[in-house]
Amino acid sequence: MSPFTYARAADAADAIRRGGEAQTKYLGGGTNLVDLLRETLERPAALVDVTGLSNAIEERADGGLLIGAAVRNTALAEHRAVRTRYPALSRAIVAGASAQIRNMATVGGNLLQRTRCTYFYDDDGSRCNKRQPGQGCDAIDGFNRIHAILGASPACVATHPSDMCVALAAFDAVVHLRGAGGERTILLNDLHRLPGDRPDLETVLEPGELITAVELPALPFAARSTYRKVRDRASYAFALVSVAAALELDGGTVKDVRLALGGVAHKPWRAWKAEAALRGRPATVENFRAAAEAELVDARPLTHNAFKIELVRRTVAAVLGELMEDHP
Amino acid sequence: MPILVNGTEVEPPADPRVSLLDFLRERLELHGTKLGCNQGACGACTVLVDGSERILSCLALAVQYEGRAITTIEGLSGNGELHPLQAAFIECDGFQCGYCTPGQICSAIGMAAEIRRGVPSHVTADLAADSIALDHDELRERMSGNLCRCGAYNGIVEAIRETFASEGAAK
Ligand SMILES: Cc1cc2nc3c(=O)[nH]c(=O)nc-3n(C[C@H](O)[C@H](O)[C@H](O)COP(=O)(O)OP(=O)(O)OC[C@H]3O[C@@H](n4cnc5c(N)ncnc54)[C@H](O)[C@@H]3O)c2cc1C
Ligand code: FES
Ligand code: FES
Repeated sequence: MSPFTYARAADAADAIRRGGEAQTKYLGGGTNLVDLLRETLERPAALVDVTGLSNAIEERADGGLLIGAAVRNTALAEHRAVRTRYPALSRAIVAGASAQIRNMATVGGNLLQRTRCTYFYDDDGSRCNKRQPGQGCDAIDGFNRIHAILGASPACVATHPSDMCVALAAFDAVVHLRGAGGERTILLNDLHRLPGDRPDLETVLEPGELITAVELPALPFAARSTYRKVRDRASYAFALVSVAAALELDGGTVKDVRLALGGVAHKPWRAWKAEAALRGRPATVENFRAAAEAELVDARPLTHNAFKIELVRRTVAAVLGELMEDHP
Repeated sequence: MPILVNGTEVEPPADPRVSLLDFLRERLELHGTKLGCNQGACGACTVLVDGSERILSCLALAVQYEGRAITTIEGLSGNGELHPLQAAFIECDGFQCGYCTPGQICSAIGMAAEIRRGVPSHVTADLAADSIALDHDELRERMSGNLCRCGAYNGIVEAIRETFASEGAAK
């Protein structure tokens, strides 16, 4: 690790004042950043510990939730309002990492965790445009089984590894930010960028901007939601493909639906096309598959990950089928 | 601010780069906590914070835990008495080489506290339930962050099950 200073932010104002300095990184639980520091993939001169910021989960009168950025992943998954009103979010969190890591990880850090592309990590042996812009990408013609099938570019095929973010994407979560220029909010779906020709720019955050909270708007039918993660072993592995979904039926018709995919793109992938294909249509397994197909028209498999296309079809159909059967 | 390690106040390292794991092993010479992968993937370095919260000391900077209490495997036994879970590991052959054992034991103590609180896991069927029974699948899923290269899993599961059989309400 390169040398750095360490300070705890007293509050959000203190954090952004310190975070505004050059070469400063915020530190959440450290479960991703400490690893990247050790690998010297991150070389900040200063760390500002933001785990002292809000760790409250506020229940809004309309049923929505305001989640402080320092809330630990475990605390969010176990909260009664999350388990009952947004079960897909609890399920997504407990499908990720291990209990020890979830106890450490914060909501803010989970959003900004970096890709698990092995070429990104292999500083000595591989080329990576994310690590070093313009260098080239060894994943495109390499072992790319875990890489993207949607929204990738000739510069980068890495995926965003978060499970939690996939559920947040489905529920239209709003990210609260604070920086030198004041406060603003953006949709989680607009937080992460697609790689384009600048895969090193992963989010739309301004330098020094701090995540202060994540807001879940009220969504009554999210009470009927779930998350399914397909991976190489039953536990403690990143997703090959994952699906977060919520389904509202009116008799046999899809009144409303939320669908987001993990493991397929540079960002948590909201399946807007699939949702549009389903609203107002009969809730049948054929239509669920057709909706997945609509989302996959732009899918571009690499040498080793074409299996993800069929996996998305099957997982989307299975998850919506499960929600349909649970419907009263 | 000091860190409380097994009941003793110690000054945190001056260099913030020191991981909690290296601090425990190299500065405090508490060698019970093990270095496995050093990247969060094996659980050998698991310790407890504030009594019952399990974390990975390899992914933690020691300075992050100023003002907190850390319990390592050395802090679990008192007055020459083993912790009941340590005794159960011996009883049930919960190890072969023993390298993963301190992490397994600290992790299981943290897990028992999570079950008591009603924290759901990946295999919990009913998220709305007030209590969760520690059955075989729950136990294995909740301990999946601790790998054992010797494959002593049957003994590990047995020792934990025996010790915490009464945790969580029976379904
Ligand atoms: C072995 C292993 C397995 C894992 N498996 C999974 C998995 O299956 N699924 C999954 O989803 N995740 C998995 N993870 C990743 C884990 O979820 C993340 O490491 C964790 O969520 C990051 O949170 P943190 O608080 O520790 O972030 P940190 O490591 O502290 O920070 C991560 C990034 O966020 C920035 N940051 C932190 N807080 C803020 C803030 N408030 N405002 C602005 N920036 C901020 C930091 O500067 C840093 O760039 C795994 C991790 C490991 C080590
Ligand atoms: S040494 Fe910490 S998880 Fe392996
Ligand atoms: S007993 Fe040898 S690693 Fe578990």
